Amino acid sequence: MTTSRAAAAVAAAALTVAGLAACSDDEPDDGRTHITVTIDAGLEQDAIDAFNTRIEQFEEANPDIAVETQEYTWTAGTFTAQLAGGTLPDVFTVPFTDGRGLIERGQIADIGDLTAELPYRDAYNPNIAAAGEDAEGDLWAVPIAAYGQGLHYNRTLFEAAGLDPDAPPTTWEEVRAAADRIAAETGEAGYAVMTNDNTGGWILTTVVNALGGRTDDGNGTATVDTPQMRQALADLQAMRWDDGSMGDNFLYDWATINQDFASGRIGMYVSGGGNYGNLFTQNALNPDDYGLTVLPLADDPNAGVLGGGTLAAVSPNAEADEQAAAVKWIDFYYMEKLTVQEAAVADAEVKAETGQPVGAPELPVFDKATYDEVQTWIADYVNVPVDQMAPYTGQVFDQPLLNEPTVATQEVYGVLDTVVQTVLTEEGADVDALLETAQTEAQAAIDAAA
Amino acid sequence: MTSTDTRPAGVTGDRTGPRTAARPGRRGGPLARARAGLPTLVFLAPMLVIFGVFSWLPIGRAVVMSFQRTNLVSDPVFVGFANFQQVFADPQLWTAAQNTLYFAVLALLFGYPVPLVAAVLMSEVRKMRGLFSALAYLPVVVPPVVAVLLWKLFYDAGEDGVFNTVLGWFGIGPVAWLQDADIVMPSLVLEATWAAAGGTVIIYLAALTGVDPSLYEAAEIDGGGVWRKLWHITLPQLRGILLVTFILQIIGTAQVFLEPFLFTDGGPANRTLTLLLLIYRYAFTNSLGGDYGAAAALSLMLAVVLTGFSVLYFRLTRSWSS
Repeated sequence: MTTSRAAAAVAAAALTVAGLAACSDDEPDDGRTHITVTIDAGLEQDAIDAFNTRIEQFEEANPDIAVETQEYTWTAGTFTAQLAGGTLPDVFTVPFTDGRGLIERGQIADIGDLTAELPYRDAYNPNIAAAGEDAEGDLWAVPIAAYGQGLHYNRTLFEAAGLDPDAPPTTWEEVRAAADRIAAETGEAGYAVMTNDNTGGWILTTVVNALGGRTDDGNGTATVDTPQMRQALADLQAMRWDDGSMGDNFLYDWATINQDFASGRIGMYVSGGGNYGNLFTQNALNPDDYGLTVLPLADDPNAGVLGGGTLAAVSPNAEADEQAAAVKWIDFYYMEKLTVQEAAVADAEVKAETGQPVGAPELPVFDKATYDEVQTWIADYVNVPVDQMAPYTGQVFDQPLLNEPTVATQEVYGVLDTVVQTVLTEEGADVDALLETAQTEAQAAIDAAA
Repeated sequence: MTSTDTRPAGVTGDRTGPRTAARPGRRGGPLARARAGLPTLVFLAPMLVIFGVFSWLPIGRAVVMSFQRTNLVSDPVFVGFANFQQVFADPQLWTAAQNTLYFAVLALLFGYPVPLVAAVLMSEVRKMRGLFSALAYLPVVVPPVVAVLLWKLFYDAGEDGVFNTVLGWFGIGPVAWLQDADIVMPSLVLEATWAAAGGTVIIYLAALTGVDPSLYEAAEIDGGGVWRKLWHITLPQLRGILLVTFILQIIGTAQVFLEPFLFTDGGPANRTLTLLLLIYRYAFTNSLGGDYGAAAALSLMLAVVLTGFSVLYFRLTRSWSS
């Protein structure tokens, strides 16, 4: 009995040690530098295949680097948890709004020396590059894409409502009228807005910008309570409570509104102009349904379209060799297709062969001429319904582009989430009181961040 | 004394004699303790390591963190009670506290009696009691996230939502279950009750089997009906269990997170913002690195309040439960 008990005790101890040993995640010692890179969560198999093909091409060109993938989609909540937990991939993407803050806090790797070697480093549009630069002008995070907000609309619902899908709304009054018509004729939401996870503030700020307003003055003062903000909220109140044209879901975030739009339950909504890729690859959008136009801008010299973009950054936990490999990947996967004809064609070819969208509209990270040149390189592979996006691509470059607020952006968006939700869920909500509270909270957030 | 107390030594694994005789040996001298201790410690080691690493260490770190400003990447800075002051100054704290209290009261009013009534009714059923138990327990087996996604379909505010379709048959609705500021919290309580009641039903059913049947027979001879039996026999006999499930319910509802997080993310307009969701927001909704100090401070405050409440509760109810 004593022997068996001792044996059992040894076995238990061995299991404990084995269990703890299993917790370690040592990389295979094959002499190569291993990095994990970001792949969008929830992709269709074709898109995953296309991504894996690009990895094979990269590893062929860089035999000393091994690339593994990790599913990742930036959201404020999950990103913070991954950042704190040290579980981000070596290469990940963040929105422009987070670049400066992450750099100031040292929460991403300083790859300034590595990015300085990139041949197109000085070709960036200075406004775009600023999102990824520190105070000395070192590029810690690489701008890989830029967008301007657009008005996405469902052409099929437009037709069902007796509207001309080739003549989308050009004023906010027309947006309201079209929404009313769609809701009345089809029973679906004519116009919907995001409200959750800071997206409510993002879209409200977009509309306020289009009306000529701002949510801060750029010098540390919140400017939430403005005539433009009141106009934007009054329009929402009218559509929600007078017209009843906004459907019945007022708790949308980015993912869920994309889902409902792709499934034909929403007539119009505001989001990034490059959203087609997500709608198609992750939400099975029927391309025939899709229409995209520019945001209506008020007749105001300050009116503009809110822009934004994506930065590729490297984990602060990456070692020097991993950082170097990560920058090579960023250059290969995200940037070469924007600068080198051969790479642009190869990328477009792989995507086209696997049925992925090629040619969805973006804004140039360098200059318009470079962007136009890339479009000519990949013209043979473009498979998105470009004609249906013409109302956007034909006008967006003429619209004044505005950057997102740089201080406490997400916090102020969060404050505005509550304002939008209240207006949409409480009939006769007291806008004066709401804006007074929001102004105080937004100012407190800006002060705390500064 | 239960039958297991009379088992021979070989069955209990104790070689020194009957179980009752072994007890003084366990409390005996250092030699006896050391002899029993090593294998015990070895067997305990995995549990101690796992609890230590994944439970006690994080608790200790959270307490330290509540006095620090940290983003978990840069070095932390001790800031004294600044995090606590910041939390107390946040107007959302009181909103969250009120909402949590509202959820707890609603859950107590509706969620607490439901499992008891169900268990009493099921104990009265003579046939297929196992089937009813399984059906009652089934929601507990459904993964919570799946359950919430399922109920999101039920709660669809459109006329074609599941609940609204049913209400439509009676000419009622449609109801904006999750979008209406006045209805959203009861909607969350309804789902939470459905999801959790099964576990409590099983506890009550087990307790009911321990009630001496001769008490019911005596009551029947005295002409007592169902209600008198319930009031004078069942409830008094279950009072120990009822007191424990009551405090567990209070502690559980004070920490409600899943439903408001997944159904509404605290909306509409913070109407379902609870204390745990506020802790989550402090920690995770600022993508530039959360305010982990404030999150830890509020967590600590909640833990202290709940501990204090539990101690007070057991002191006040000590005479009832004995």
